[in-house]
Amino acid sequence: MSEEFKVEIKPENLVYQKPALTTDATMHYCPGCSHGTVHSLIAEVIEEMGIQDSTIGVSPVGCSVFAYNYIDIDWAEAAHGRACALATAMKRLNPGKMVFTYQGDGDLAAIGTGETIHACNRGENIAIIFINNAIYGMTGGQMAPTTLVGMKTATTPEGRRVDLHGYPFKIAEMLTHLDGVSYITRQSVNNPVNVRRAKKAIRKGFEKAMAGKGTSFIEIVATCNSGWKLSPVEANRWMEEHMHPVYPLGDLKDI
Amino acid sequence: MEEVRLMKGNEVLAEAAIRCGCDGYFGYPITPQSEVLETLMELKPWETTGMVVLQAESEIAAINMLYGGAATGKRVMTSSSSPGISLMSEGLSYLAGAELPCVVVNVQRGGPGLGTIQPSQSDYFQATKAPGHGGFRMIVLAPFSVQEMHDFVGLAFDLAFKYRTPVMILSDGVIGQMMEKVVLGPQQPRWTDEYIAETCMDWALTGKKGRGRNIVTSVDLDPNSHERFNLKLQAKYRNIEENEVRYETVRTDDAEYLLVAYGSAARIGEKVVEMAREEGYRLGLLRPVTLYPFPTGPIEVLSRQVKGILALEMSAGQLIEDVKLASQCRVPAYHYGRTGGVVPSPGEVYEAFKAHFPK
Repeated sequence: MSEEFKVEIKPENLVYQKPALTTDATMHYCPGCSHGTVHSLIAEVIEEMGIQDSTIGVSPVGCSVFAYNYIDIDWAEAAHGRACALATAMKRLNPGKMVFTYQGDGDLAAIGTGETIHACNRGENIAIIFINNAIYGMTGGQMAPTTLVGMKTATTPEGRRVDLHGYPFKIAEMLTHLDGVSYITRQSVNNPVNVRRAKKAIRKGFEKAMAGKGTSFIEIVATCNSGWKLSPVEANRWMEEHMHPVYPLGDLKDI
Repeated sequence: MEEVRLMKGNEVLAEAAIRCGCDGYFGYPITPQSEVLETLMELKPWETTGMVVLQAESEIAAINMLYGGAATGKRVMTSSSSPGISLMSEGLSYLAGAELPCVVVNVQRGGPGLGTIQPSQSDYFQATKAPGHGGFRMIVLAPFSVQEMHDFVGLAFDLAFKYRTPVMILSDGVIGQMMEKVVLGPQQPRWTDEYIAETCMDWALTGKKGRGRNIVTSVDLDPNSHERFNLKLQAKYRNIEENEVRYETVRTDDAEYLLVAYGSAARIGEKVVEMAREEGYRLGLLRPVTLYPFPTGPIEVLSRQVKGILALEMSAGQLIEDVKLASQCRVPAYHYGRTGGVVPSPGEVYEAFKAHFPK
């Protein structure tokens, strides 16, 4: 190695590190899954806002059921789909706390559609993190409400057919019609630029919820390389080519 | 000076909730108990005690709001009627599995299905044996007067927090709708956040300030550790069975025959005891106040004294199973009941009694 590329390991040269609020527990997520990245972003946002002692997270049923193992804050694990009902009461009974839910597509947009819509319509001052990877990861790769047309899953072995299963559920678009929601955005963590954008969006959502502006809804279009049966790199590429056109990134509502 | 009023059972539930310092009520309208939510909305306790009242979008949402509120150490409550309670089954199981305290009122109506809006006691099995999946229990209190609708709200909260368990007040359309004199308790202050953070420090989600983080969950994928948790729950239930049995008796000291009835059926039973005594039958009444834990011991003792037992309930025969188990079938034990919302008259019950136990 030549002199000019000499590596200087000094604290002031450190660009990235494990967020202080991320625990040392070994993650159960598959290598390549987006959950770990999003967890880190949430941990960083909570830390940067200095609200680790007053934040309550609600984890769902699905792959992220054990989200509570990884971020060092108070957590409740909800019944399948009911995270927004829990969060509603938590926030109303503890208005000074930051309350957020972390939910997958099956949890939020299938079994929990009712709770999601009504929490948003009431304008609960909570943040909802919605991980959309178009598949049921934990139960072994079945069709999600957000599964793309033609996409093969364990319950759509020949691909999702509109005549049998209907259309991919664009719940973020639907929620824009509800007056209680002040911020709806769709992000992805497929490259460093988007990771930084997603973090900004999460921070904005948390700040709006704390400011009492109503519900914040942050969708993250995510990979499930195991469920999609692709390598992590291929999954990222597949997401960009197939998911992003159906679920375009950017703010849908910001008032 | 005590405050005496003439009130409906359902209205009293609302009044008692506020007065005992309840933090939050979450409910969905259903006959015959909609007055609970209506009364709370009229009384506006958020302006006085700070209690939160919210009309949920469904019973499923309501019970999960209880889960969220209870997880933060707050004293939360809901009420519903039979079909709505069925929708809460999953949530009750999660509450029991996460060992969270809460109060759930079931003002029963006749079933199955949408059934009727008239009074019934057909949810006894559901309340006492399997309120949801997974093999858990809840303490079940059965009020038989408007006064007890009042008194049991505070008692239910005390028991819920003492054992960290859901507690059900199992009432019915008779008690919910009827008006009686009631002595109201004084206004108790709500628990402060500081008090909750201190007394519920090892489990409540109050923010992890000054302690390690708390996690409220009912999932554990390791069968051995999950069995240990189940054994812990069972030990709690044995403790409850040992310490929380409540019941009342009417003229059982010299009884040759025993009537067992709870809730509004016990009101009818009291009249049947009078009618029987007038005709020379030495009939007594045992009224279970807690349906779980069931007064097995007292019925066992009485079964050694009497010649026969009649279980009276507004169902096709549910309570009778526990009565037979408690009495160990030592003496003949029969069921009398009406279903579908029909409230039996004391006269027809007495006739049934005489048919089983002729002089």
